Amino acid sequence: MSAEIIAALIKIVILVGGLLTAAAYLVLLERWIAAWVQDRRGPNRVGIPLTNIRMFGLGQPLADGLKFIFKEEFTPGHVDKGIYRLAPIVILTAAIAIFAAIPFGSVIPPVAGFTEPIPLLVVPELDVGIVYAFALSSIAVYGVILGGWASNNKYSFLGALRSSAQLISYEIPLGLGLLGVVLLAGTLRLDKIIEEQASTGIWNVFLQPLGFFVFAVAATAEAARLPFDLPEAEQELIGGYHTEYSGMKLLLFLIAEFLHMITASFLIVILFLGGWHFWGLTGGSEMSWLTAILRIVVLAVKIMAVIVTFMIVRWSWPRFRFDQLMSLAWKVMVPLGLVNLVVTAILVEYRKSSATAGGSESFVIPIVISWGMTLVAWVVAGLLAPLASDNTPRRAAAPFDAESELT
Amino acid sequence: MKPDDPGITWIEEPKLGLSGRMYLPLLVEGLSTTVKHLLSPKVTVSFPEERPKIGNPLIYRGVHRLNKDHEGRVKCVACFLCSTACPAHCIDIVAAPSPWPDREKYCESFTIDELRCIYCGMCEEACPVDAIELTSLMDLTGRSREEMVFDKEKLLSVYDITKDAEPMKSIAMGGTV
Repeated sequence: MSAEIIAALIKIVILVGGLLTAAAYLVLLERWIAAWVQDRRGPNRVGIPLTNIRMFGLGQPLADGLKFIFKEEFTPGHVDKGIYRLAPIVILTAAIAIFAAIPFGSVIPPVAGFTEPIPLLVVPELDVGIVYAFALSSIAVYGVILGGWASNNKYSFLGALRSSAQLISYEIPLGLGLLGVVLLAGTLRLDKIIEEQASTGIWNVFLQPLGFFVFAVAATAEAARLPFDLPEAEQELIGGYHTEYSGMKLLLFLIAEFLHMITASFLIVILFLGGWHFWGLTGGSEMSWLTAILRIVVLAVKIMAVIVTFMIVRWSWPRFRFDQLMSLAWKVMVPLGLVNLVVTAILVEYRKSSATAGGSESFVIPIVISWGMTLVAWVVAGLLAPLASDNTPRRAAAPFDAESELT
Repeated sequence: MKPDDPGITWIEEPKLGLSGRMYLPLLVEGLSTTVKHLLSPKVTVSFPEERPKIGNPLIYRGVHRLNKDHEGRVKCVACFLCSTACPAHCIDIVAAPSPWPDREKYCESFTIDELRCIYCGMCEEACPVDAIELTSLMDLTGRSREEMVFDKEKLLSVYDITKDAEPMKSIAMGGTV
């Protein structure tokens, strides 16, 4: 076995182990933040098993996991058994496989048997990194649809229907928000996009504010987080597509859900918030162990910040109604994404021509233009496609006369 | 009622202002509320270690107690007013001729089914001699139904536990000592 394969295997083990642990602890974090926002204390009891040491409830994921393992795994009689078992596997596999193309750090200095620095990316030099990540994030819809269909239950089916409509609609603004970044960087490789931001020192969020908004909203919808959690809306659909699941199968769905959120945070941070770059902290091109670890830490901190924002957002805004969700996607987000794409294309051309004319590369004009464009586009979108729609009942329609209908 | 009923007043939904239609200001408003609560002190307590604050223990309606007078005798005169007043029928009194000269009857046995009780405080209101009172003990637990049926001794012992923290209703408070 060559050193590359061994290195890839080690990276896979670290990544999968880390992701599943992170998903477990995100459940705890979610419960904490839910509690704190509601002025409660949250889970703070479970610590080291068989002792009285509590550690602020950090043992909770272990207890949750044990509970899920020992729960009865009930398969209702009316489900389509094969698809029912397939759905959680599909959704979790797709959710984990995305991370093959997502860098979880920069590079580490060469160790045993290597002459080059080792990139912290399972599949280095994957030229279609973003396309791959998007393809797999779309496969998550299949898991949801299969689960909802196989459950043979109206709530599950409605959840799956909503979910497919939502995820397919929001793929478009997601892609449009991203295209501006791709135009700027000129590559589809996620590690190159980070390097581009690090070399100029200007994160894409400053150059692409509108793209960032569109992408962040669409990513929230893709991860099915509130206010876009229509697929599973507990109050309306008692859990949506995973209503009929229990035990480990339900756990797989829940892990996949948290992995989607982690993916969305990774993509937001890598594409718009500079990845592992932080001014004056993460070093230049020469690599030492210190800078390598600092970069991983910076990336992790940024991702945590985005995840915490997701969780606070969850408790800030009510869920969209389905028609509002769709009108937001098609009437607001898609046009905004298109505007962003066109303006970015013009800016890139302008930069190219000014570079060939011999002028020094300045970021002031692009930043001013993109922020001004964002402001104008936002106001126009807000005025032309307001989210609030007319909810008053139609009074003009002839009232239904039940008495005459009965007699 | 039909939609065109004259009894219905239709109210127009207020139109969203410019900031509302931009969505972002409202979004920031919601976020700031959430963050404010995220950082504010919590209203719940870590229960068994930390006790919740009971506003006024003298008027809290928790576990019952049977009061004793200054000679240590039970104050109850077995008048049955409390068991009559009780909407849940959880008080059971057996009266007997009093061995003491200051009253005719006293309670030979006095049982309250704490599981049946709805903690309404009617017994406390009804008692003419302030013998039965509700304390501020609020975490009553037991392992069996029988254990939760409090007899006279248990009710008197509740008095011994709580008499210092919650003194009997004094004359000043309208009680009979």
